[in-house]
Amino acid sequence: MAVAAAVRAADSDPEPQRPARGGQQGGLGRFIGYRLVAGLGTLVFVLLFNFFLFRMLPGDPAARYRAVKSISPADLAKIRDELTAPLPQQFVAYLKDPLALDGISSWKGQPVWDLVQGRAWPTLVLLGATTIVAVVIGVWIGIKAGWNRGSRFDKVSTAVTLLFYATPEFWLGLLLILLFSTGIGFFPGIFPSGGVIDSGIDPLSFEGITSIADHTVLPAVALAAVYLAEYSLIMRASMVDELGQDYLMTARAKGMMDHMVRRRHAVPNASLPTITLIFLNIGFIIGGAITVETVFSYPGLGLLTFEAVSEQDYVLMQALFLVFTMSVIVFNIIADIVIAVIDPRIRT
Amino acid sequence: MRRASTVTTPRKLSPYAIARTRRKKSLQRFAQAFFGQPAGVIGLVILSVFVLLAVSAPLLFDREMLDITKTLGNESLEPPNGDFWLGTDENGRSILAVLVWGARASLVVGLAASLISMVLGTLIGIGSGHYTGLAGSALQRLTDWFLVIPFIPLVVVLAAVLGQRGLGTIVLVLGVTSWPGTARLVRAQTLSVEGRPYLERAKVLGDSDWQQMTKHVLPNVMPLVIANTTLTVAIVILSETTLAFLGLGDPFLDSWGTMLDKATGAGAASTGAWWYLLPPGICVILVVLAFTLIGRTLEVVLNPRLGSE
Repeated sequence: MAVAAAVRAADSDPEPQRPARGGQQGGLGRFIGYRLVAGLGTLVFVLLFNFFLFRMLPGDPAARYRAVKSISPADLAKIRDELTAPLPQQFVAYLKDPLALDGISSWKGQPVWDLVQGRAWPTLVLLGATTIVAVVIGVWIGIKAGWNRGSRFDKVSTAVTLLFYATPEFWLGLLLILLFSTGIGFFPGIFPSGGVIDSGIDPLSFEGITSIADHTVLPAVALAAVYLAEYSLIMRASMVDELGQDYLMTARAKGMMDHMVRRRHAVPNASLPTITLIFLNIGFIIGGAITVETVFSYPGLGLLTFEAVSEQDYVLMQALFLVFTMSVIVFNIIADIVIAVIDPRIRT
Repeated sequence: MRRASTVTTPRKLSPYAIARTRRKKSLQRFAQAFFGQPAGVIGLVILSVFVLLAVSAPLLFDREMLDITKTLGNESLEPPNGDFWLGTDENGRSILAVLVWGARASLVVGLAASLISMVLGTLIGIGSGHYTGLAGSALQRLTDWFLVIPFIPLVVVLAAVLGQRGLGTIVLVLGVTSWPGTARLVRAQTLSVEGRPYLERAKVLGDSDWQQMTKHVLPNVMPLVIANTTLTVAIVILSETTLAFLGLGDPFLDSWGTMLDKATGAGAASTGAWWYLLPPGICVILVVLAFTLIGRTLEVVLNPRLGSE
């Protein structure tokens, strides 16, 4: 699961601190510069990886376009020439246009990026809703459970979050459809089970927005349940780490009330790993949305990935894979910069 | 003279015997610590039940019960009843039978892929921690790069690109994609082991790199690797479920993910066939939970840094 990869990545870095370069404390600008260069290196690797991954395919690549009626024989011949050229030549062509901006989908016969652009906004809506719900609830549970370690709330919430952590998000989605869309027993079928908006409504009107919200509730809940489990587990662990610290004792000795000690001192210090994780996960949720969007026929990038896979449209797959990977890289860099802004100790 | 006589010369033990008693002692200590953690014990109990079911699947349900040509006489999508405790699927097969056989598929895929991931992660992790030059940093970069590639899209794309679907393909895809986390952890631990005096001693005595890595570093990172691999099994089983659900699994293998894929295809969610949806999902959750609980407990028991929790 992406979930766990993110947990691992965000879990407080077990590596020893890198010694400050040149023996002096670097500034924020220098840190950001260093981070951007490292990100660029990653990007180059991803571009290479993406190129070779999709050149492993057996068979005649142009044959995949045969089913598409809207491509003329001349275009088909051109595509075949491009796809069967020697690898170095293909690589040069790829470097000129790594995003396959004028790649043609073998499924729909139209430019890949027209498809991707049309599908981006529902995923962004879903992503935003999921992140907000998961962060607010997850962090709240984590703070409360960690601060009162061993309490009944802690035990129950840890058990429940571990359960959600082990749940496949698409299965939760299926269950939600069964309960709240199909309706079973005394559960009312009140939510739609497919699409992002009812047809014929302007998405920017009031009806449009309520319709989108209506369609987004169930998939967002399915995704958020899994991620809030992760946030609360990490937040709880960081709170527990802070519990015995001297500065909390100092704050209490000053006569501060318990909830103020928690809010003003413990939470800000404990929140760094969770903040990192939130940014990292934004990239991963886009990928994790593949199954949930499929279950809900939610027309975002995840469903598009599923369609590309089932239609064996490798050009589309390649573009989507690059979008997902690049969003992870970008959010990785943002996470590092945000952390460096908050915590000067990181800027080495 | 008096002093010397009080010192009872210890019975002469061979180094192997000493090592054996030491290992036995530490194993006992470990077992005591592990069984003192209720979460770990619960995980172990759940896992044992599923392993038992998977092993005894042929005794409980004849393999023929999965053959759709033999189940045409049964009603399809029948709710649970006396004959079929969990109802039937769209082909009239007993869901309970498919479920029990599915335990085999899920556990085998989970364990085999985690083994590949463990070997890769340990090799790359120790290598990148041990070699300080170009090789080490190249391995470290490789790990960092693979860490940012989103896991599920990678697995989905890889499975789609590799084409022919079989158990082996799935194990391979999941195995070669889930090692970076392990490698990163192993590298950090290797770095801390490399700084200890006994490794310096080994270097001075002229141990080769291979000897240093296998005789001194490996035994020290192994506990961490085992705890981490247990957690990897959980992730791999979840990923297998996802792959199979997206239709990228082995079509001839009834894993729990395949069941959910077929259930969706048969419209279980929209027709209210809860008996087809619930059991596979609950089984996945329980097994993943079991591995997660065991893995977390192993981490706490084996990692002294977390021991205070």
